[in-house]
Amino acid sequence: MSEANVNTPAEKPAGEPMIEIIDMHKWYGAFHVLKDINLTVRRGERIVVCGPSGSGKSTMIRCINHLEEHQRGKILVEGVEVTEEVKNIERIRRDVGMVFQHFNLFPHLTVLDNCCLAPIWVNKVPRKEAEAAAMTYLERVKIANQATKFPGQLSGGQQQRVAIARSLCMSPKVMLFDEPTSALDPEMIKEVLDVMTDLAEEGMTMICVTHEMGFARKVADRVIFMDAGQIVEENAPEEFFLNPQNERTKLFLSQILQH
Amino acid sequence: MDTFEKHPDLPPPVSEVGVIGWLRKNLFSSPSNSVMTIAALYLLYLAIPPVIKWAFIDADWVGNTRAACTSGGACWVFVGARFEQFMFGFYPQAEHWRVLLTWGIFAGLIGLLIAPRIPGKIWIGSFTLFVFPFIAYNLFHGGVFGLPVVTTSQWGGLMLTLILSTVGIVCALPLGILLALGRRSKMPILKSVCVSYIELWRGVPLITVLFMASVMLPLFLPQGVDFNKLLRALVGIALFQGAYVAEVVRGGLQAIPKGQFEAASSLGLSYAKSMVLIVLPQALKMVIPGLVVTFIELFKDTTLVSIISLLDLLGIVQAGLTDPKWLGMTVEGYVFAGLFYWAFCFGISRYSLHLERRFETGHKR
Repeated sequence: MSEANVNTPAEKPAGEPMIEIIDMHKWYGAFHVLKDINLTVRRGERIVVCGPSGSGKSTMIRCINHLEEHQRGKILVEGVEVTEEVKNIERIRRDVGMVFQHFNLFPHLTVLDNCCLAPIWVNKVPRKEAEAAAMTYLERVKIANQATKFPGQLSGGQQQRVAIARSLCMSPKVMLFDEPTSALDPEMIKEVLDVMTDLAEEGMTMICVTHEMGFARKVADRVIFMDAGQIVEENAPEEFFLNPQNERTKLFLSQILQH
Repeated sequence: MDTFEKHPDLPPPVSEVGVIGWLRKNLFSSPSNSVMTIAALYLLYLAIPPVIKWAFIDADWVGNTRAACTSGGACWVFVGARFEQFMFGFYPQAEHWRVLLTWGIFAGLIGLLIAPRIPGKIWIGSFTLFVFPFIAYNLFHGGVFGLPVVTTSQWGGLMLTLILSTVGIVCALPLGILLALGRRSKMPILKSVCVSYIELWRGVPLITVLFMASVMLPLFLPQGVDFNKLLRALVGIALFQGAYVAEVVRGGLQAIPKGQFEAASSLGLSYAKSMVLIVLPQALKMVIPGLVVTFIELFKDTTLVSIISLLDLLGIVQAGLTDPKWLGMTVEGYVFAGLFYWAFCFGISRYSLHLERRFETGHKR
């Protein structure tokens, strides 16, 4: 297997900014969804984003790889600005992996082909190599024995782990997780969170939109709370949970931690 | 202490299985159903024996002229005597091998493409799409390698029907896919061009299109410029069916969740690659039944070319019916043509069912 396909540890020193969002605004038509977002994510950092539904958390991380367009401000990924320009977008998307709430696996391809597709067609990796690399990632998410099955034959948790492996196959430098466990049955959430925790421990830069507060406490370097399209509070997890500064944060936490 | 003892499996009651069980359940489950069954059987008894008697028992099979038909049943002698013309139109008899050879090569290529697990399908497919048409044209038309020229006005019968429908399908499918993608595009001008194209062509009957292509088009062209009539019909059919295919494909595209495209984009695939590798394979698979309906319609609609005096299978059968030597053969002629069309359409339809089963990957979203 070639070196390029292994998830090599960060070439550059940790601590240098990977993603910078500066004064970013976004509108859906006349509706102002994101207001004055400022966020810097450094190499190796794990960020958890939480907040009530409709607060713009998903929209914010979808702006980073230009699945959504922002209208004002700047987003830089590894110093490359996210603009309309196709070349920039394609370059950024190669470096930024994304995992979706509904997995979005390709149902007409086997698990293995789901993983190999982008390496083969985007990075022009020979099929043999791509398959070998895909198998190591599938091994890592503990699902290599299902490689020849179609997504429709797997459980939700298994599908989400395949989706994570599919993203890893592009050797991304940052991973975005868009509510990866909210469509899963309770007993499947753990297997996905375990995989994400492993990833975090290996030093992957991650931004996770999630309501799994246990995961946030254990893994996150910073927790960000959003409401009404704004970043309300940003703090280290212990501080965030034990000593929230903002009234809105207190209310939200009291509601989700009650049960 | 009680122990669990397995009760032996008993055979089911006679009334539940076998012929009697089936009859009871399906044909005689209630008094009214029994009456319906008996009435239906009586109707079949009235209808089927006379047809069999006419088509087979009383029919005349051998001979060369009308005089051979004496027994009062179907006169298949007519079909036999005209068979070559029905297949090849006025294509010279000495050159029939060229047509057979071409269709033979075509059948072979299609066979290779259909067969599972054959390597290099991309090459076979490209050969069929891009090289074979030239071979076919040169074999049909001649004028190269010392083959005598056979002008398109001599082509006819089943040969013409197959040319019209295969070329129609092969050109309409990509055109339709592009139009469907264009109609779903975010670019306003491209979108409105595609919408107007589709709405214009779908609003016109094919017969008008053919008539325009044949009669009106030459009026607009400068003097001396003239396309071949067959070519004009082909272009008309392909442009017309493209609009229908576009709407069928659009239905499939709309059924693909946005997440599929987003997942492909987030992996760095360009628009074209996401469409070709992710969205279209799923969308087309979903609309196989609709596409097959369109293709079967196209196959049958090719009969309309007789309005611009191209003699396809039906056209040449009809022409044969007006032959004074064979008057009164109407039923035989139409039954024969009908059977031929039915056999082809049935074949297409069965193959599409097979495709649907083969592409089934048990996916749920």
